[in-house]
Amino acid sequence: MGQTLAEKILAQKAGRSAVVPGEIVTVEPDVAMSHDNAAAIAKSFAAMGVQRVWDPARLVIILDHAVPAPTAEHAENHRRIRQFVREQGIGNFYDIGHGVCHTVMCERAHARPGRLIVGSDSHTPTQGALGAFAAGIGRTEMAAVWALGSIWLRVPPTLRVVLTGRLPHYVAAKDIALRVLAMIGPAGADYRAVEFAGDLIPHLTIEDRMVLCNLTAEMGAKTGLVPPDAATREWLTARLGKTDVDSDFLLPDPDASYERTLVLDVGDLEPQVAAPHSPANGRPVGELAGTPIDQVFLGSCAGGMLGDLRTAARLMKGRRIAPATRMIVVPASAEIWRRALDEGLLAALAEAGAVIANPGCGPCLGAHQGILAAGERCLSTANRNFRGRMGNRDSEIYLAGAAVAATTALAGKIADPRQ
Amino acid sequence: MPLIEGRVWKFGDHVNTDVIFPGKYTYTISEPADMARHAMEDADPEFAQKVRAGDIVVAGENFGCGSSREQAVICLKAAGVAAIVAKSFARIYYRNAINQGLPIVQCPEAVDAIESGDRVAIDLNAGVLEHAGNRYRFAPLPPEVSEILAAGGLVEYVKRKKGG
Repeated sequence: MGQTLAEKILAQKAGRSAVVPGEIVTVEPDVAMSHDNAAAIAKSFAAMGVQRVWDPARLVIILDHAVPAPTAEHAENHRRIRQFVREQGIGNFYDIGHGVCHTVMCERAHARPGRLIVGSDSHTPTQGALGAFAAGIGRTEMAAVWALGSIWLRVPPTLRVVLTGRLPHYVAAKDIALRVLAMIGPAGADYRAVEFAGDLIPHLTIEDRMVLCNLTAEMGAKTGLVPPDAATREWLTARLGKTDVDSDFLLPDPDASYERTLVLDVGDLEPQVAAPHSPANGRPVGELAGTPIDQVFLGSCAGGMLGDLRTAARLMKGRRIAPATRMIVVPASAEIWRRALDEGLLAALAEAGAVIANPGCGPCLGAHQGILAAGERCLSTANRNFRGRMGNRDSEIYLAGAAVAATTALAGKIADPRQ
Repeated sequence: MPLIEGRVWKFGDHVNTDVIFPGKYTYTISEPADMARHAMEDADPEFAQKVRAGDIVVAGENFGCGSSREQAVICLKAAGVAAIVAKSFARIYYRNAINQGLPIVQCPEAVDAIESGDRVAIDLNAGVLEHAGNRYRFAPLPPEVSEILAAGGLVEYVKRKKGG
């Protein structure tokens, strides 16, 4: 019987011809990624009594969560990581200024088709945009991977999401992801792999696919994957050169067995907004239109892509954001930041009144660069709107895509970009 | 594994890691005892003051969803929580709990009957949870996983495996 892409990758890593959902395999990851939590991981690693990481070439460390360091504690944390990187000879170290780890992993082609990636961050599934099996793990677990070079994984059943039709104007990957999340709920893909398919996929950029896979984490998924295609090859060739890109990609079998298949025709999809305090609270923007907004955050690994900045700049060029509303723009990576500069997007957004910050996680996790006051409301293009997420228990976060974010910043209240 | 018996703190569905341990503390607080002072801060601001050693957290579906932050396990363990019982767990949280040696029990049948302040008893080896005179069965952990829990967590497990 055929296998899904997740099953194929795990079978290959386990040295087997096939695996079945539910069984446990012990496998060696191709890449082990961590970020600002690498110092805490190094501490657990030392407590394990191990001197050297199993394979320095397979470790990637990217500082993104609170960059540049906003406090002395954060600065000390970064210092310890830089010291660990030197001691262990870790070549793939990306210091502050490179961007959000998942975006950088895709841009620098650490994420590739068929690879098994573990990351000490819950949004690691983002990297499945390039056809990798990428799963989030905790800190101690990462320390054990550094020590042992292996991890136990339960082979997940696969949920197949088939996307058909073409996206209407001002509707994008974020809206698809929020809609699917609202349909299946925050545990709708618990312990599962989510594999995307359908005639829309060839029309989605790698950035769009990152957004889809990113939000599978909010569905509870172990990983999200888009089977690699011509767009994947083009993305990798531009970054690696033709000779370093595999001639064949691992793909799901046509007769693969899926636990469940969900079909969504995106042709009549509306821009979505997820109300507080769950990303699964998505609904058409019209139902929340008019809600006053104090701060708009355009950024994150789920909404700070080049395409998002283009969308926002197109809507905001030559206009001003509402006087009682502020807007913070955080391009997801340095590559995006520089291209946005070259294309004049940052100028258009800054002239409209937005604050442009350096690439990184920005205010998404409530550490810095835009923490909310009690009673304030933020509309954010990030992926999480849990209570207290942006640093204040008594604030509200609404999630949406870039078009809604831009229109909302101009209106000072949640607004429909189609109007 | 010994028998675990304690007083219950009951929570609902989809209790996420941001309300268990807010992200703003993730790089400023590093000692477990300090983490314990913020346990469940944005779910129940009184929890950290009132929780006692040996208490048991009981929750609905998808407990621990959201971030991979392990502090969301460590803060509860350091606060004295002896076990977590839920209808289901978010997958990273499930792994983190085992890796920290904090017993977790997936027992959907029992959860609805249990209220805050009740007492429950859990026998991990037998796979039995007792509450108000009723006995509920739950599936034991797979061997690969129970080995880690039995070692007291992943740090000890790796230490033994590496002969350290």
